[in-house]
Parts: sequence; C-alpha cells; structure tokens
Amino acid sequence: MIPAQFDYVEATSVADAIRLLAEHGDEAKLLAGGHSLIPLMKLRLVTPATLIDVTHIKELSYIKEDGNNIVIGALTRHRDVEQSELVKKHLPLVAHVAGEVGDPQVRNRGTIGGSLVHGDPAADLPAAALATGATMVIAGQNGERRIAAQDFFVDFLETAVQPGEILIAIEFPKHTNAGWAYEKFVRRAMDYAIVGVALQLGTKPGVALVNMSNKPHLAESASQAIAKGAAIGDVLAVINDNTNPPEDLNATVEYRQHLARVLTQRAFATASK
Amino acid sequence: MSLVGARVLRKEDPNLITGNGQFVDDLQPTGCTSMVFVRSTEAHAKIRSIDTAEALALPGVLAVWTSANIAQLANCPGGLPGLDQPLLAKDVVRFVGEGVAVVVATDRYIAADAAELIIVDYEPLPAVASLSAAMAPGAVVLHEVLGGNTVHFQDFENPLDDVFAAAPRTASLHIVNNRCAPTPIEPNVCLADWGRSGLTLWAAFQAPHHLRNTIAQYFGIPQDSTRVVAPDVGGGFGAKINFVPEFFLTALLSKEVGRPVKYTQTRSECLVAMLHGRAQEHDASIAFDNDGRILALKLTVTQDQGAYPNGTGMGLPVLTTAMAAGCYRIPAVAISWRNVVTNTTPVAAYRGAGRPEASYTIERLIDLIADETGVDPVEVRRRNFIPVDAFPYATHSPLAMYDSGNFAGALDELLKYVKYDELKKEQEKRRQDPAAKLLGIGFASWLEIAGFGPPGSLEAFGHLASWESAQVRIQPDGSAIIFTGASPHGQGTVTTYAQIAADELGIDFDRISVKHGDTAVVPQGIGTMGSRAVAVGGEGVKTASGRVYENAKRIAAHLLEASAEDIIIEDEKFFVKGTPARSVPWSEVAWKSFQPLELPGGMEPGALDSTVFQQVPNFSFPSGAYCCVVEIDRETGAVNIVNMYLVDDCGTVINPLLVEGQVHGGVAQGIAQALFEHMLYDPSGVPRTSTLMDYLVPAASDLPGYVTGRTNTPNPSNTLGAKGVGESGSVGAPPAVVNAVVDALSHLGVKHIDMPVTPIKVWNILEGAK
Repeated sequence: MIPAQFDYVEATSVADAIRLLAEHGDEAKLLAGGHSLIPLMKLRLVTPATLIDVTHIKELSYIKEDGNNIVIGALTRHRDVEQSELVKKHLPLVAHVAGEVGDPQVRNRGTIGGSLVHGDPAADLPAAALATGATMVIAGQNGERRIAAQDFFVDFLETAVQPGEILIAIEFPKHTNAGWAYEKFVRRAMDYAIVGVALQLGTKPGVALVNMSNKPHLAESASQAIAKGAAIGDVLAVINDNTNPPEDLNATVEYRQHLARVLTQRAFATASK
Repeated sequence: MSLVGARVLRKEDPNLITGNGQFVDDLQPTGCTSMVFVRSTEAHAKIRSIDTAEALALPGVLAVWTSANIAQLANCPGGLPGLDQPLLAKDVVRFVGEGVAVVVATDRYIAADAAELIIVDYEPLPAVASLSAAMAPGAVVLHEVLGGNTVHFQDFENPLDDVFAAAPRTASLHIVNNRCAPTPIEPNVCLADWGRSGLTLWAAFQAPHHLRNTIAQYFGIPQDSTRVVAPDVGGGFGAKINFVPEFFLTALLSKEVGRPVKYTQTRSECLVAMLHGRAQEHDASIAFDNDGRILALKLTVTQDQGAYPNGTGMGLPVLTTAMAAGCYRIPAVAISWRNVVTNTTPVAAYRGAGRPEASYTIERLIDLIADETGVDPVEVRRRNFIPVDAFPYATHSPLAMYDSGNFAGALDELLKYVKYDELKKEQEKRRQDPAAKLLGIGFASWLEIAGFGPPGSLEAFGHLASWESAQVRIQPDGSAIIFTGASPHGQGTVTTYAQIAADELGIDFDRISVKHGDTAVVPQGIGTMGSRAVAVGGEGVKTASGRVYENAKRIAAHLLEASAEDIIIEDEKFFVKGTPARSVPWSEVAWKSFQPLELPGGMEPGALDSTVFQQVPNFSFPSGAYCCVVEIDRETGAVNIVNMYLVDDCGTVINPLLVEGQVHGGVAQGIAQALFEHMLYDPSGVPRTSTLMDYLVPAASDLPGYVTGRTNTPNPSNTLGAKGVGESGSVGAPPAVVNAVVDALSHLGVKHIDMPVTPIKVWNILEGAK
C-alpha cells in the first residue's frame, strides 16, 4: 500500500505528452484519473520509474457532436460522460454505463480514456465501447491513427496503444432513439461486474460482455444474429461463443456462462421497452 | 427535563466530520520515524536465513531487526505460555502475515523500499489451513510442545445419550461459522516515544490502561513513567483489545534509535495481521417432541484459534457454549468444546465474540424443529421461551445466570411491524409463479451476554479487574469534567456520559466534558469491550455524579442556611424547597467548594471531586427479536434483503439516536457475515481474500433500510437499568438472514446453508433442485 519511488512530470499538451513518453521510454506510465494505476502501484504490482501526469491537458476533456459521431476526449471524467445531455441523447448506453463505474468518488476522478486503455475485461466502459462500435483515436510521434474498439482490446490489460502513444479521443457513432441496456451482476454495488452485458439495438446493434474473457469481449456471433433480426433464443444460443470466462471466488465458468445468458435475456427485455 | 432517553446529537461529531479528529496517524512529533514490517508470505515454513544487508545500506534506514536482535525478549503478551507468538518469527513462521522483520527509516516510503530489499529464505513445511486438516490423522503439528493441534478439549459432562434415544424426534446440523476479518476503518496504528522521562505509546486501542499495565510489566519499567494514549480511535470491534507485536517493537526501536517510531498498518496487512473473529464449527443436535417442545440440546464447538492461541480466543467457545440455549427453557443441555491451531491468522474477539455463534446455531435449530414438525417457526419459539416470571433463570452454565428479559414480549412487538400472514401468503403465491422471485421470512429471537463487569469476568482474559473507573470533577466555574477509564472507539461515550451526569448533577449538558484514553489524565481504567461502557462505566458516572451532587447540596444548604434535605435544583440553581426566592447558583457552589471558609463543618476542599471504581454484580443480558425478509432471484441465485425488522431490548436507553446507530452498525456486520464476508484460505494456507476487492465488506448501498423498535426490561444489576447494545445487531442479524434464505428455499428440501450465502451457492441449490 506504499508505492515504490517514482519521478513525476506534468504534460501540458498532447504533443508534450508524446515528447515525454519518448524521453522516458518504457519505464514511464501516463497518469490520468489514477483509479487503475495507483492501486496497482500501491500494491507494488506496477513500479513505473516516471509518471507523466496528463490530467492538466485541458484539450482532452470534452464531449462534442461531429456529424454522425459523438466524440469524447480521453480525459473526460466518468461523471461528465454520465451527465452529458449530448451523450444521454445519442448514446444513452454509454451515459448509463459511465454512471455504473465504481462509486461516486471513482466516477468523479476516473476518465473514459483511462478506463479503456487499461483494457480490463472486468471493467464497464470497454463493453459499452464495443457494443456501440466506437473507434479509438490514438496519437503518437507519427501523428494520429484510428482503430475500431474490437481491434483495440488485445489481451488481458493490453490494448493496441503502443509505447510512445496516447489515446486521445473516442468516436462513438450515434445511437439516437435506439434500444439499449446494461445488465451488471455484482455482489456489492461498487464492485467490478461478475458478469455484465452491454446491449445496443438499432441500425448498428452490438452486444458485449464484461468479465467473460481475457479481454473486453464483443459477442460477435450474437451481435450478427441481432443484426439479422434473430429471435432471442438464437441470440442466447451463441452469446457464449468464443468466451473464456475466468474462475474465481464469485463464479465458475459454468455459472458465468449461465449469467451471460440470463443477463442477455434481461438486457433484451429492458432494451425493447 | 431528563437527558437520559433524549435524542441528543453527539458531542464528538463536529470535530470528526470536519476532519479535526485526532487519530494516532495524525500525530507527527519532531523526528518521527516510520516502522514497516516484512511479513511472512508462507503459511508454514522454516526460516533458513534473512539477508538484511541491502536494506541496512539504504540511505535513511535507521534499523533493521529480526528475531536475532530481540532474542532475549519474551513473546507477545496475551498468548498461552509456550504457544505464544514471538514479536518477530523465530526460526519458523506459522501464518501468512506473521512478522518476520521490521525496518525503521526516516520516512514510510524509505522503510517500505528497504523492506522490499530484505530476502527471507524459507523452507516450506506442510500447512494446515482448516480445522479438518489440522485434526486429520498425521497432520503436521504447529507447536511441537502440544504433540498435536488440539490446544484444549473440554468433553461433555454427560452426553445425554439416553435423552436423545428416548426423544420422539431429534435433528442435527453441522454449522460453519465463517471466519471474519474485523476491518475497522482505522487499522492498527501506534507511535512510541521512549526517552529519558519514560515511555509514551499512542495506540489505536480499546483499553489503554490494560496496555499500560502490560507494557510496563513486559519491559520491567515502572507505571509512573509509562503512559499510553488512545486518542480518537476509528473502530475496533474487539480486534483492538489484543496485544500485537508492533506495540512492543515500536517502543523498543524508539529506545534504540532515540526518536519516536510510528507504525501504521496498511489495509492489506490489516486483513492478515489484525486478529480474526468467529471461525467456529458446530456439531449441534436437538431433541424435541412432536409439538416442537425442546427436550435437550447437545453442542460441540470447535474453535479455530489460528496459529497462536490467545486468552481471548480461548474464551470464545466458553461464551458460545454458555449461551448455547439462547432464549429457551431447555431441560437438558450438554456442551463440549475443542480449541485447535491452524496455519492461519490468530482468532480473538470480534463484535459479539462467541455470542453470535451461539445465537446463530440455536436459532437455526429452532427453524429446523419448525421444519421437522410443521409447527410455525414463530410458534416454536413461543412454546420454548423462558417465561417472564422465571427470572432470575439459572442456565446450564454458571456464567449465564439470566437476570431479566421478555422474549415473548419482544416477539409480540416485532409482529406488530411484520405482516407475517400476508407475507406467508405472498410466499406461497410466488412459489407457484416461476417468473416470481422467491420470498423468505426469517426470525431470530436472540439473547446475549454483555456488560462485562462482575468481578472475575475480565480478569479471566488477563485484565487487571472488571470494574470501571469514573471520576466526576466540578471546576471552579461550575462546569464538570468526567474522566472515564472506558476509552471509546466510536461509541459516543462522550455524549452518553454527559447525558447521565447532566441528570445527576443538574449541570447543563454543554458544560460537561468527558476525558478518556490517556493514562496520564485518567490514572486507572479497564476499557471498552463486551458492551460494558454504559452498563458498567455509565453506572460509575452516575454513582460518582450522585456523590458530588450530595456534597454540592450540603454546600448550598450551608450557604442558604438551610438543611441539605430541603435543597432542590433547577436551571443550575440550588433552592430551598418552597422558597424560590432563596437560591444559590451552581457556579457559586462550585467556586466556594474550593474555599475552606465557605464550607460546612467537616467538609474539606475537593468535596466536589469523586472517583469510583464501579462494580456490578452480574453480566447483563440484552435480547431482542429480529425478522428478515429476503427475495431470491431464481435465475441468478442472488439474495436481496427486502426488509429488516429489529426489536431490541437493551434495558434503559440513554440516547435513542446512539442505540439506533449501534443497532444499525451491528446489524450491518451481521448481514455482512451472513451474505458477504468470509476470510478464506487455500489448502496451503494462502489467503484467498487478501484485499477488499475479495473480502467483501458491504457498503451502505448494499444494505437495506431498517425498521427499529424497542422493548424495555431494565437491567437489575445497575441503577441505570441499561444493558448495553454495542454487539446486539451482530448477534441477532445472521440467524434472521439465514433463516429467511432457508425459508425461501425450504420447499426444495433445503435445511441449512452455510454463511456467507453467496449467489453461486444459492444458484447451485436451485440448479440441483431442477
């Protein structure tokens, strides 16, 4: 609970952050809301030599409408995403899921980019990004690149963000007036989901699962079935395709897969209301 | 107007809620250094070597100690001779979290860095991490001197075989009472400063005088120059009455480095190094007739003591078996207990300490009788209650002489809130509807033993005595200071004692302050545990206040040239009865009480200063009736508490606000044990719940609202009539919750589910029934 020594530098802009990343190399970590990184540092599971604090880069905290997209700056706090009228109107699933992360203290501090780039399969927001078909905007020394959410999550706590790069924004296609639901099964309100299901209906439907694989998981067969207008039974039959759920004190593989079916069914019932 | 019984806001809160509380970790004396432990990562291993060279070389490190540095010192006080825990492990570690080495450095970060550099070479030994493993034939032995892992076995005096053989019906349960980690919001913290004028130890502790007496004795230093201070303490739940190595190590290291040494336990350490609670297994059998009348009870308690048994831990099964019969008239009771060591964190008192385990088992058995006979659980309770006219009631145990209670009365009061018949109909309706959540209704008529105060009761746990000290001192301006030995750790004692004194003294509540927690300010005391602060300590405040008031009346009578018997008090003025024009204010009486020329004959200055060592003749017996209503999600197995109805009988209530707070908190911990918390080990003795992400302490959002009510059978052992309420909720809630869950599932043939009732356990039962 007492972190090892580290240096601290503050980035003033995206360009500055990229410069600092290049300067400090692999031993540096970006610090945003700190709600994933700092606990790991306190347990000394992560011991970065340098923290590059990006929280003062004002240009990365925004929510804006851009044609058919809503674009959210990577440093936007969960609380701001949850409260945004734009997000509530065009991406109600994302606004709701942002309000389901941790507890109020976490939501006032944690950032959407920080949550996504941590790549935790048990986190809420990656599932929302997958279900809504978001695109990640990553900046590095060679400029910006875009990558779809389903290609962004690579492995356990590993994303497509490469050394020297920084996630700067998330582009969400609008899902205005479409059905949606987020079902999260927990033992305590503040916990990570034992299993979660993020469901986006409408013209570009998607369903993503929380804590059902080694990485945030897009249920591709189920998403395709929904797109084809399949009956709920057919969706449930494939919802666990390609999942690889962990076993822990809360759940076995069998129980998690059962919960994924139950929660998907409930998500449909809620979304169709 | 009487303040006893009034909803007075806590005097403590303005400081605490504005961040102005002062906890040990807030203290930062000049030159303060920091101590950090290296703790064992092995459950059972020989220590081949410890390499401290790199740590010692780190700039800022002042000392690195292993057992080699303190070889001449005795083991940590509080343990059983020969089985006690060394301050730092000598040659062998016996649980994950046991201290192996300590570092003192100029700050906590350097100390933690240095601790990482210490290399401990372990030779792993087989470990026993459960009672069954520890008692298995051929199991590895923790303490060679024992020859096995059983520390003590108390057999049945009479196993009642004939009664059980002749009984119309019998039933049995094996019950696991899950191990809990107390997890107060403030972990163990201490700060020692051992200089030329003696040793001062600030400690987050429930009984500072107990610690002063012990640490002076341990080091062979006089008590006049040994001071222990417990400032604001952030909860203890019984865990902060245990002596832990850090108290002695910070003291010694302060002497060694010549600077104050502070130790602040981390949350992770707190889960494995602060002593655990519960950890019992019960084999219980009950004999009864076809009408659900109990004929006999037979209970064997097996207590997991963890790696190093201590006096408090050894007392737990004694309390459990003493209270085994609960609220019921049981003609024959047979008790037996066994204390066993395992490679786990040592076990001691945790809110309720032995009584929640007793009430849980008897209340589960009552529901089992209902299930077997078809008699309603409420009716089974009624048929077996000890009637109101049977007190004092001698139980099977000489410890438990029940002095008062009205168990049927509390249940009647409870049923005013619970719409029992409607709930039963609703339950039946839902069972027929596969889409509906299952409904369960659980009752617990519980009784506990509290008010630890009769002579001998705390001496048995190593304390100096069982009284509590109270000094009431009138200041020259007529304000009053109460000094108490019952140092609180969140109870609101500063408020309740001022209420009691205000009534006795006729002094305004706002002009009464309460001092505690510093052995230099309060010379003698015992402490806050066993729900004794009001029943014993508060009674002392009343006694001392009464003595001061009598003397004040005599001074007032002298000043008014009247007889003391004719003096009455109102609005802080002493009057002669019937002549309101003649009065003298409290402030004048107080002022003149210090002036020999103003005093009545025979009275000396200091007459308005009284100290008592309050004794009480018996324990107290708080009781109550709780009802829990749960819903169970048939698809996920999740249990949700819909309603929780709580009727408490704690005798006279000093402050209803604080009683409700204690009940809410105790019930929260009871629900936590029933549904959430379980300190788990894997077979090799490695904790599986070593962070607060795995050890699930519920938050407010995870708990229901409560409907609270009260009945009052006054405590006959003190004049206040108060019984204590600090532990009640944790005694009554677990059986109410689990009885509700079992009731919800009873149509599937479910007789019992061990705590905590997790969603996956319930789901497995529901799947199994398909």
